[in-house]
Amino acid sequence: MTKTMEAPKTKQESRIKKYDTAWLKKLLHEMLLIRRFEEKCDLMYGLKKIGGFCHLYIGQEAVSTGCMAALDLKKDYVLTSYRDHAHALSCGMHPNVLMAELFGKITGCSKGKGGSMHLFDAKKNMLGGNGIVGSQIPVATGVAFKIKYNNEDGVVLCFFGDGAIHQGAFHESLNMAKLWNLPIIYICENNMYGMGTSVSRASSVCNLSIKSAAYGIPGKQVNGMDVLEVYEELKSSIKRAREDKTPSFLEMKTYRYKGHSKSDPEKYRTTEELNKFKQDDPIIALKALLVEANEFSEEEYQQMEDEIKLLCEESVKFAEESPEPPLEELYEDVFV
Amino acid sequence: MPVITMREALRQAMDEEMARDESVFLMGEEVAEYNGAYKVSQGLLEKYGARRVIDTPITEEGFTGIGVGAAMTGLRPIIEWMTHNFGLMAMDQVLSNMSKMRYMSGGQFKVPMVVRGPNGPAEFLGSQHSQALQSYWAHCPGLKVVAPSTPYDAKGLLKTSIRDDNPVMFLESEMAYGWKGEVPENEYLIPLGEADVKRVGKDVSIISYSKPIKMILEAAALLETEGIDVEVVDLRTIRPLDEETIYQTVRKTNRCVIVDECWPFASVGSHIAYLISRNCFDQLDAPVEYVSSEDVPMPYNHRLELAALPSIEKVIHAVKKVLYV
Repeated sequence: MTKTMEAPKTKQESRIKKYDTAWLKKLLHEMLLIRRFEEKCDLMYGLKKIGGFCHLYIGQEAVSTGCMAALDLKKDYVLTSYRDHAHALSCGMHPNVLMAELFGKITGCSKGKGGSMHLFDAKKNMLGGNGIVGSQIPVATGVAFKIKYNNEDGVVLCFFGDGAIHQGAFHESLNMAKLWNLPIIYICENNMYGMGTSVSRASSVCNLSIKSAAYGIPGKQVNGMDVLEVYEELKSSIKRAREDKTPSFLEMKTYRYKGHSKSDPEKYRTTEELNKFKQDDPIIALKALLVEANEFSEEEYQQMEDEIKLLCEESVKFAEESPEPPLEELYEDVFV
Repeated sequence: MPVITMREALRQAMDEEMARDESVFLMGEEVAEYNGAYKVSQGLLEKYGARRVIDTPITEEGFTGIGVGAAMTGLRPIIEWMTHNFGLMAMDQVLSNMSKMRYMSGGQFKVPMVVRGPNGPAEFLGSQHSQALQSYWAHCPGLKVVAPSTPYDAKGLLKTSIRDDNPVMFLESEMAYGWKGEVPENEYLIPLGEADVKRVGKDVSIISYSKPIKMILEAAALLETEGIDVEVVDLRTIRPLDEETIYQTVRKTNRCVIVDECWPFASVGSHIAYLISRNCFDQLDAPVEYVSSEDVPMPYNHRLELAALPSIEKVIHAVKKVLYV
């Protein structure tokens, strides 16, 4: 990416030649929006506007953006873990309803009753957010079951971390998905640490992509810092799921710049390691590809930054000015 | 009126609901080709095919979660647990997902799912296969809990549970599958949350549900020969609880014995005892008595097992205690 090769002089000579430039800028915009939104959450948490747990996606943007770019949310579904702000944004949920949810306001996507780990949007087929490690995996498998049962042609993306892959729920789900030929793609966002425990201390094998082999499901490692590589892999996995009705497993090798959550002192990794991964920053990488191919100027980029900055600030304003849920809301939505 | 077994009543309920609504399916261990571990799903595979009657590997956590995902997106799963004891493997899916998806999404989803299977002690099965787990499900907001004691109640309640747009934990009993009772030929539904007075009486109220009801009616017949007239209230649904009928019977007789197979600490029965003590305090002529299982894991030895369970003797003893006779 930003490494050894000489910069192309035209788009036609570049790695990005087969992609529409406007579409690439949309990808960049989305990754940047995720980055700045998460930075804003970081700030708001410090100001005690957001309480409880806050798991930031900073550094991992290429995974969420690259994956959702290959989806059709009119018929496809997304389920993920508690590190779900990015997936929510990538599914098209507005920063306002997300920040309002984080602030616990009635205008939040879950009426303030979910919080950071429970972001949902039924209309966009974004089925959450789950606070229990791996708990979403059987649920996602059930959505794929429904697709098959109804003879639909949607697919399900099920995201979870390297920490979740040892939960029984992962193994039970993959077995049934393959047994019943369900249209689901299991995506392990391997950011190398389950909270403070590195994969090498938690897993008997460090190549997580082989874990699906036990269930007859092909597994593949993907460079999760490269949004186009992520996109291309998802495109073929989604095609396989949609047409052949068969599950896949992808291990996204990615990295989070911040701690597991806001309360993590990050003693388990070195600054050297962090800085090494920052050199592969997905946003800087895509920007560089566009700039080098003469498809993007610094002015345009600054405009993008300014627009996104405004979006994030407005989301905070919206959240601040929104009302709290009334007390009666405590008893609503327990049952239909 | 036809007389059928409990298992046949449950089978009819599932059959009728599956015929009526294509989104209803049955999933669990041995439900299809084996026709059900307890033969409750006899013939359903043959009638509806493998798409709608699905055998699973032994993966309660996995397939219960599959039920949640399918229910969230428009299907109506009936998840069969071979027993609720095995369902403990799926406790996270039930308590963390099934009961909470609607609330934590701000009402965006409904989970119209039934989890059904035998619950509580049978006989000779030992500690791990004899647990009465209703207290765990009843404790969690967001779950409905249903526990019929007759074929008539079972059919009507299971049909209603399947049609309910909320998650329902449906408690059956291995020992009761063979019990017979009158069940109308025409379709009928029984609403959830409505108790049924199985025996009208004036001296003492016995409040219970599920398998013990049969034994309690036998105890009531014996007590009648001693001139004690017992009213027996079958809750039929634990959640939502029919508090009105409970208080009505206690205010009528002024004495109350609660019977269930739970362990005594923080159970369904102990909670009902609290509700009655609090809400009928002035009408009570004696403290509320609670006959539960003994506070021990279930032993294999049959004499010990019978001693661990509620029994006719224990019920009669409790009734006489509240009558001070």
